[in-house]
Parts: sequence; C-alpha cells; structure tokens
Amino acid sequence: MIPYLLCFILFLVGLYGVITRRNLVKIAISLSIMEFSTFLFFALIGYIDGGVAPIVDAADPIKTYVDPLPQALVLTAIVIGLATTAMLMAVIIRIYRKYGTFDIREIKNLRG
Amino acid sequence: MNPLIPLFIVIPLAGAFLIMILGRFIRNFHKYIASLILLFLLIISFYSLFTTGSSVSVYKVGGWEAVNKIPIGIYMVIDGFTAIVLCIINLIGFLSVFYSISYISRYTSENYFYALFCLMIAGMNGVVLSGDIFNIFVFLEISAISSYALVAFGVEKDQLEATFKYQVLGGIASFLILFGIAFIYWEAKTLNIADIRNVFSAGYNRNYYLLIEILLLSGFGLKAAIIPFHAWLPDAHSSAPSPISAMLSGVLIKAVGIYVIIRLFFNMFAISEGMAVLITTLGTLSMVIGVFLAIGQWDIKRLLAYHSISQMGYVILSVGIGMILISRGVRTEIAALAISGGIFHLINHAAFKGLLFLNAGAIEYSIGTRNLQEMGGLAKSMPATSATSLVASLSISGIPPFNGFFSKLIIIVAAIMARFYLLALLAVIVSIITLASFMKFQRYAFFNKSDGENKMKIKEVPFPMLFSMIVLGIICLLLSILIFPGIREMILTPAADILMDPSKYSSQITGI
Repeated sequence: MIPYLLCFILFLVGLYGVITRRNLVKIAISLSIMEFSTFLFFALIGYIDGGVAPIVDAADPIKTYVDPLPQALVLTAIVIGLATTAMLMAVIIRIYRKYGTFDIREIKNLRG
Repeated sequence: MNPLIPLFIVIPLAGAFLIMILGRFIRNFHKYIASLILLFLLIISFYSLFTTGSSVSVYKVGGWEAVNKIPIGIYMVIDGFTAIVLCIINLIGFLSVFYSISYISRYTSENYFYALFCLMIAGMNGVVLSGDIFNIFVFLEISAISSYALVAFGVEKDQLEATFKYQVLGGIASFLILFGIAFIYWEAKTLNIADIRNVFSAGYNRNYYLLIEILLLSGFGLKAAIIPFHAWLPDAHSSAPSPISAMLSGVLIKAVGIYVIIRLFFNMFAISEGMAVLITTLGTLSMVIGVFLAIGQWDIKRLLAYHSISQMGYVILSVGIGMILISRGVRTEIAALAISGGIFHLINHAAFKGLLFLNAGAIEYSIGTRNLQEMGGLAKSMPATSATSLVASLSISGIPPFNGFFSKLIIIVAAIMARFYLLALLAVIVSIITLASFMKFQRYAFFNKSDGENKMKIKEVPFPMLFSMIVLGIICLLLSILIFPGIREMILTPAADILMDPSKYSSQITGI
C-alpha cells in the first residue's frame, strides 16, 4: 500500500508546486512531477510481487507474469508527455522574449 | 460494419503530414488540400449520419477479434450520438478552414496553421470514435497539443499568456483523466468502454467507483470548462485566431469535454442519483454564472467565450435532469426528452457560436479592434456580417423561428415535466439575460452611430469569409427542422436511445 500512497503524495507535491510557484519554469517542472507520479502509479498497477516478464514459457506454464499492458500504456503516455513538455517550454521561451521575465506576477495582460 | 470509420482519422493525419512536406514547395497547396480534406470528411460524416440510424457499427483496428467475448483490440465505434458529433466537428471544421483562406493570409507560416488544424480535426474525430478509454486519452492529447499551438499562433503577449494558462490547466486535466483510467484498469482489467460496463454491472463497489467518477468528471470538466474549472476558457478562446476560436468554442469543448462526459456517465458507469444531482448542479452553476460574467464584457470575443460556458450549462443541465430521472427509474420518456433536448442544444450551439466567432473575426479583420466601445454603425458598411450576426444573436437568445428557441424550449419543457420548476425558471431567466447581452452586442457593433471619420475605409470581408458566415446563418435557420416529428426520430431519437439503454450499447459491441 505504501508505494501507492507515495505516488499520491508525489502528485500532491506537484500540484502544490503548480499552485504556489511564481516562476514559469518551476511551474513546468511541477507539472512534470505530477505527470511522472501518474506514470509511476500506472506502472505499479501492473506489477505483481514475484512476477516475471510476460514471455510465455511452454515448459513452465504456471509462472506468475506481470501485467504488460500498463507498461505499454505508460510508454505511450510518456511520449505524449514529452510532446506537451516540449510545447510548454517553447511557449515559456517565447513568453520570456516578449515580457523579459519568468515571473508570473508580471504576466497579467488578460483580466476579467 | 461501416468501412469508412478509419478514414475519419487517417485522412486528416495524412493531410497534416502532406501539408508539412509539400506545402513548402507548392504555392497555395495547403489551402486547397485542407479544404478538400475537410469537405471529404464532411461528406462521409453526413453519409454515416444517414446510414447509421439506430445501429451500432464497430471497426476493430488490426482485425483483432474478441477472445471469449472479451475484446482485446482497439475498437472504433460509430452510433447515433457519435455520428451527430462527427457531423458537427467536420461541418464547423470545413467552414472554419474555408474562412481561414482569407483570414489567415495575414499571418506568416500559413502551412503550419493548416497542418495543426488537420491534426486537431484528427484528434477530435478520434476522441469521438474511440471505443476504449485509453485511446480517448491519446486522441484528446493530440487535439489538445495542436490547440495549444493554435491558440498561440499569433505569438503576441496575450496569445502566449492565454496558451500558458490553457496548457497548465489542460495538463492537470490530462493527469486527472490518466489517474481515473489507471483506477478503472486496476479494478476492471480492461479498457474497452463496453467491456468495462459489463464488468461493472457484475459487481460494483460504490465508494471505489465514486472516486473514479469524481476524477473523470473533474478531468473532462476542465476540458469542457464547466464552471469551477472555467478559468482558462475566456482567455484561450478570445486570444486565438477567430476560425480557431470558432473551432474551440463551437466544437472542441463539446467533442473532448461534454461528449466524453455524456458517453462515460451513461454508457460506462451505472448512473447513481448522487452523481446525477452533482452534474445537474454543475450545469446550473455554469449556466447562471457564465451569463453573469458575460454581461459586463466589452471585448466581443471574451463576451462570446463566457456565453459558451453558459450555453454548455444548458446542455449539462438537461442531460443531468435525464440522469436523475433514469437513476430514480421513473418516467423515462421525460428523461429521453431531456437528453434529446440536450443533444439538440449541443448541435445548435455549434452552429450559432461558430457563426458568432466568425462574425467577430470578420469585424476584427475589417476594423482591427475587438472592443465594442470603439465600434458602431457597421450595419451599413458590412451588411452580410451584420445580417448573419443578427441571425446568430437571435438564435443564441432563443427567439423563434431560429434553432436556439426550439432546443431551449425542449429543455425547459422537460424540466417542467420532471417537476424541476426552479431549474426551468433559471433557464428562462438566463435566456433573457443572454438576449440582453446580445442586444448590447448588436447595438454597439452595428447600429450605434460611429464618428464617421474613417467610415469610408471599412469594407465587407472577402468571399471565403462571407461564404462561411452565410452558410452557417442558413444552417442556424435550417436546424429548426430537427424538431419536427419525422426528422427528430431519424436523427435525435437514435442518439438519445443509445444513451438511455446502456446494455444495448455494450451488448452490441461485445456481442453478449
């Protein structure tokens, strides 16, 4: 149970960072922390204690295998996460060029 | 089986790559190929709408057949509700891309715009067609990433700030959804929506699924900008280029937000009364608060964006009333009425909100401002824009004979018949405030006297923009016919039926 709880705490750490940090890059890092806590949780679901890699062995049919599907899903999600992080970083660089600052308190054109 | 299903995703994806590769070498290639792709998708989506009816057709990607009636491959599903949403996506998509031919020519790197546009269409078509919940997530991210880029397409201060906000909140939404999916997989050991339904109906641990429901509702609620999660919408929708605003407000929040919420809560989870009441409350809050936030706005596109929140509130509200009645197991015919009213309003909102954003784009194109106080007297210099925006304004405020009137009428009648008198009253009041807000828009933009100094310079917009606006104006009027009995049974009833009877959906897909 403890690994799952740690995942949740990691998620909350990321959320805390997104809410309280003032620096755009730190917000992006906090989002990545949230992202990877989710991936970690997904990978934990498929894990079975004492399980081996799911390559079926005809000689020993009663082996315990870990669930391969969450691993495939996490790989897909990591690729998507890479794209979103790259996109976010590109936007942050552009913001820095326009505003000359990473401080979110000074980036407030849009109101109301 | 409908052999056209994969084309909805493959063609725009291939188009995006072609535009990126060939768009550099062939002049104007991107404009025509993007329009052609969207026109073709529009034709096949209407073909699917008329051939689907009340049947459910499944396309198994890679030909993986079910083993022991448990689906193992990726399923693409098309049913009555899907076909309607596909038509909305591709119709508004085609008109927006045609409108962009002249609108986007003011920007640089046009070919990137069209490539991203095709990617966004592919993502939305994928979300709507996908029959399993992880693919919904994947396609949702495709459409989200391309819409982040499109919101920032102007790379000015406002656009960048809006897209940053949108990305951070969109990112949080994605992680909440992914957490929800992980919890579902943990318990059900399957990702196919129909199969999850079968697993859930066998045994149901209420508290565990309540957690999943809350996670998914907040994730997709963030994407759909229901009221406590709405902060990003007015910024993103008002900063984007106008055809993209029309796509975001008219289609994206429906396809990746409302559609998925409706699909999951009707066809995957067993409807519980608590959840139904929560959804109805969120819908009512969106409807009321959205319109009050809208009324004080002077930026046209911001005003329209807040109205999107309010109008989506109507859809959620009526669907929620349907859910409450189904969970109580009483008077299901009123539930069917409420649900079909919600779906009807979803279609109508796409038409008139798309049109209003295109109008706002036309005004910005001609006079270069979005501030209502700096406009005035445009009715003479831009007659077509003025006429179509009047149609759309009357339609969104619910004036007969335009389409908005009939869908609001159905929603209000359903609320009264279900004895939710307060909700019906609120719906009427919000409709009146909407009318007031659009009277303000009409008066300041088109009818007030202008200073007259640079009046001569203002010209009507070029043909592609006019064409899109006039077609959408006619559609606003034509959609009213969906209420007539013969046509309603053909289009709206199959969509409501598939939502009303979840066992039908799951049994037709898994074949049990």
